[in-house]
Amino acid sequence: MNETKEKLVLIGNGMAGVRALEELLKIEPNKYDITVFGAEPYGNYNRILLSPVLAGEKTVDDIMLNDEQWYVDNGITLHKGKEIVDIDRRGRTVFASDGTTAEYDRLLLATGSNPFIIPVPGNDLNSVISFRDIQDVDVMLAASKKYKNAVVIGGGLLGLEAANGLMLQGMHVTVVHLNDTLMERQLDSEAGGMLRLSLEERGLNFLMEASTVAILGDQHVTGVKFADGSEIAADLVVMAVGIKPNIALAQKVGIHCERGVVVNDTMQTYDPRVYAVGECVQHRGLAYGLVAPLFEQAKVCANHLAHMGYSRYEGSITSTKLKVTGIDLFSAGDFIGDESTENIIMKDVARGVYKKIVIKDNRIQGSVMYGDTVDGAWYFQLLRDNTDISDIRDHLMFGQSHLGDSGHGGQNAAAAMSDEMEVCGCNGVCKGDIITAITKKGLFTLDDVRAHTKASSSCGSCTGLVEQILASTLGGDYSAAPHSKPLCKCTDFSHDEVQAAIKENKLTSIRETMNYLKWKSPDGCAACRPALNYYVLAYHPGEAKDDPQSRYINERAHANIQKDGTYSVIPRMWGGVTNSAELRAIADVADKYNVPTVKVTGGQRIDLLGVKKEQLKPIWADLNNVGFVSGHGYGKALRTVKTCVGSEWCRFGTQDSTTLGVRLEEVTWGSWMPHKFKMAVSGCPRNCAEATIKDFGVVCVDSGYELHVGGNAGIKVRATDLLCKVETEEQVIEYSNAFVQLYREHAHYLERTAPWIERVGLSYVKEHVVDNAESRKLLSDRFLESQKYVQKDPWAERASEGVQQHEFVSLMRVS
Amino acid sequence: MFFLSDKLKTKTLNTVTKEKFMSQKEWIEVGLIEDIPSLGARVVETSNGNVGVFRTAEDEVFALRDSCPHKGGPLSQGIVHGKRVTCPLHNWVLELDSGAVIAPDEGCVASYPVKIENGKVFLNLQAN
Ligand code: SRM
Ligand SMILES: Cc1cc2nc3c(=O)[nH]c(=O)nc-3n(C[C@H](O)[C@H](O)[C@H](O)COP(=O)(O)OP(=O)(O)OC[C@H]3O[C@@H](n4cnc5c(N)ncnc54)[C@H](O)[C@@H]3O)c2cc1C
Ligand code: SF4
Ligand code: FES
Repeated sequence: MNETKEKLVLIGNGMAGVRALEELLKIEPNKYDITVFGAEPYGNYNRILLSPVLAGEKTVDDIMLNDEQWYVDNGITLHKGKEIVDIDRRGRTVFASDGTTAEYDRLLLATGSNPFIIPVPGNDLNSVISFRDIQDVDVMLAASKKYKNAVVIGGGLLGLEAANGLMLQGMHVTVVHLNDTLMERQLDSEAGGMLRLSLEERGLNFLMEASTVAILGDQHVTGVKFADGSEIAADLVVMAVGIKPNIALAQKVGIHCERGVVVNDTMQTYDPRVYAVGECVQHRGLAYGLVAPLFEQAKVCANHLAHMGYSRYEGSITSTKLKVTGIDLFSAGDFIGDESTENIIMKDVARGVYKKIVIKDNRIQGSVMYGDTVDGAWYFQLLRDNTDISDIRDHLMFGQSHLGDSGHGGQNAAAAMSDEMEVCGCNGVCKGDIITAITKKGLFTLDDVRAHTKASSSCGSCTGLVEQILASTLGGDYSAAPHSKPLCKCTDFSHDEVQAAIKENKLTSIRETMNYLKWKSPDGCAACRPALNYYVLAYHPGEAKDDPQSRYINERAHANIQKDGTYSVIPRMWGGVTNSAELRAIADVADKYNVPTVKVTGGQRIDLLGVKKEQLKPIWADLNNVGFVSGHGYGKALRTVKTCVGSEWCRFGTQDSTTLGVRLEEVTWGSWMPHKFKMAVSGCPRNCAEATIKDFGVVCVDSGYELHVGGNAGIKVRATDLLCKVETEEQVIEYSNAFVQLYREHAHYLERTAPWIERVGLSYVKEHVVDNAESRKLLSDRFLESQKYVQKDPWAERASEGVQQHEFVSLMRVS
Repeated sequence: MFFLSDKLKTKTLNTVTKEKFMSQKEWIEVGLIEDIPSLGARVVETSNGNVGVFRTAEDEVFALRDSCPHKGGPLSQGIVHGKRVTCPLHNWVLELDSGAVIAPDEGCVASYPVKIENGKVFLNLQAN
């Protein structure tokens, strides 16, 4: 059977190459006979975590990603400690230094990079080393036991992590840096200065703007000499001045290289049988030295090795953190700026906090943060999403947390939490559980943590905290999330790409969409099918057919499933207004069907809880008889329109808020939305209907109506933004329709208006709904057109018109 | 008022007594394959609790005890994809043929033999 399998050989048993194998095994476990050659005598380990090993915070065993058993379990032949010295590309064979050979159909180069050794006399003395692998760390740890003085050449990320580690091992450490700012590739001079100060306080010494001309000593190193003639004593010298892609082998066998091995967007070299990933690679002129982009490359490479053939690597924006425990530092993108950019800077020397955000055309270009990096991930997200920040500019610097949060006691800095503190309130997961899972199971991404611990997998409000824990546990740039995130595991396309494809190519069914976009799974999963069903219905109303099997049970059964498998029934109570006949009908239903609980909801209507599935149809029929329709309390749809008593009764009321609320509900009900949608109308600025925490809220004033959008009172409280002010009820309705339709057409499935507006910016909404009358009208017309097909009571359809009957009766009863 | 359509009326009344069930030598006819929506499920009520009968896009039919190993969610109400179902309560995913829970979650639910003859679905309540 093995004869029919193709042969894949991987050269370089490091982080990028093995990640490519893992991705390949996930999608095509049986395609290849895989052989791996690694020059190092170990399985696959997490190179990033060498710094904590040197600092004594972790052991070598802690940082193994795949031990040797993993290779056995996956049928991979591992040749550890064997370096490949030659490749016969015609004969498709690789040769190791010890004479081992292997044939390939496809070859993957992942040889990483080599530390740069500065060309000065004495650079080959004993105890002059670099900081790249386990062996280097062993040498440093041994030296720290015997010797006193260490000199680290290079004040970049690696150099500082090495220096910190050696200092923690008890050595007297001097960092020598050519530039006048530490980490000048990641920090501006302000942040670099603060960093230097705090490292000096911890006991490190610095020699800035010092150019090394010689390493002194006979056999063993004794000192370092500089251009100005001065010298310092040293028993150990660590060179950490940079890396260069390891291309020697590729060059030798004639594979086109420049600075690195040149690859295209599918990670292929000029020899189509040979792929390359990792630090040895040069893609669109750039070589990367952080794992996040390398993992993206690995994923694309696996996709092509598996002959799926559609994924592309398009380059990455990177961000960095320094892994020195107790020092918070983050930088991303272009954080220096130029004449065309504007900077927002916050500096508080006493607190040791410095933040800088570089902005161009209302978009974040880069940021540097020192001392308080809680919002680093948020800025990085805004950067990658290219979000227009003009509307949040005034509070951008204060971070995302000022928006408010519920459920974790106001905790928004993971670092300040103890291991026993609960991070995920829904699933009861503590900080310590998450850290253990990350280290023991080798997790890298938010999705991994969700799958293994359940943290942040329910309501998602603790996502930020979990991301912080990931970042601080992994230390390095864990943010393996590619800049455009796939909709789900069944595709590599993002929501935006899927939406565009459905819209532009007139795809009117889930099946058509999956075929067109070459879905990876035969019929999707519980995440993508509801999204696709929504998109085809939203873009092609009247043409696309609803697929009930691609809806969550709540929307299929038109009632909320409860924890015991019973359901709840909430009839629509227009604008919260009711009367004695309706209340009597509800009371009758409660008696007739023995409904265990009747409750007034937070949305001004009445909930009948604990209804058995087979009771749903008769209850609905009884409610329909007095004119009730479904309240869609279960749907990604219009929920409630809350109103106050308004000018009808209230001594302060300026307009008839109750009637306006009922009108809005009558126009909007029945529509399917990306997420649930709530409205409210208050009769005056006292705002008793809480209109400023609704998706669309109206606050009546004497001169007209203020329209507010993007409010949310759930997981994360967000007050609305003022959209505009209008004068008549007709205008309120038209603007509301247009806003709803813009949201329906542009938001991602399961994205509420609050995060949607934060992503696209309020200006974008204003542009389409307020500034341009033509576009507002078109949006409103499209909304009304689509409403024609959905404003039918789903309860009546099921209770008396015979729709979806199988949903409500058992197939059979065996007694 | 509401009315059951005639077809459905006969379906709901299609109750099999235990004696009849035993005499059928374990295989019991529960309905036609068309009665189960493609990528969906129906419930067979038994004295030992419900059994979910699932139909895939390829018209294969599987039967599992209708109670998720996590917190007892009704699996028949979940979303069916491939040969799997996602539980409606907290999104655990189970294999329809074996009843095994997909890693990293752990657990297993009883599965029952099913056969299809001339479009009729037969269920055997002796668990696999
Ligand atoms: C019944 C009700 C609680 C009550 O007894 O009052 C309720 C019950 C549920 N809410 Fe709610 N919410 C209810 C009002 C609210 C409100 C208050 C409001 O509408 O004024 C909020 C905050 C306002 C808001 O949404 O901005 C609210 C914020 C949530 C959230 C968080 C949404 C968010 O975007 O942050 C969820 C989770 C979700 O939707 O993913 C949620 C989800 C749920 C679910 C559907 C949980 C679930 O998935 O099963 C609950 C269903 C219980 C059931 O089976 O009936 N419920 N929920 C309220 C029904 C109102 C209605 O008449 O339809
Ligand atoms: C101390 C340290 C800290 C770091 N911290 C961070 C961080 O915080 N965040 C971050 O994103 N990145 C960090 N990095 C960088 C990150 O580790 C690298 O980007 C990543 O490991 C590169 O992966 P790779 O597979 O390309 O190369 P490597 O992981 O170096 O793997 C290449 C492997 O190929 C082997 N090899 C080379 N040639 C041959 C051959 N001819 N035959 C057989 N085997 C061969 C090598 O021995 C090596 O094992 C750090 C690196 C170091 C050294
Ligand atoms: S009703 Fe809402 S707040 Fe209450 S438990 Fe359910 S989801 Fe949570
Ligand atoms: S009960 Fe099924 S996932 Fe929780």
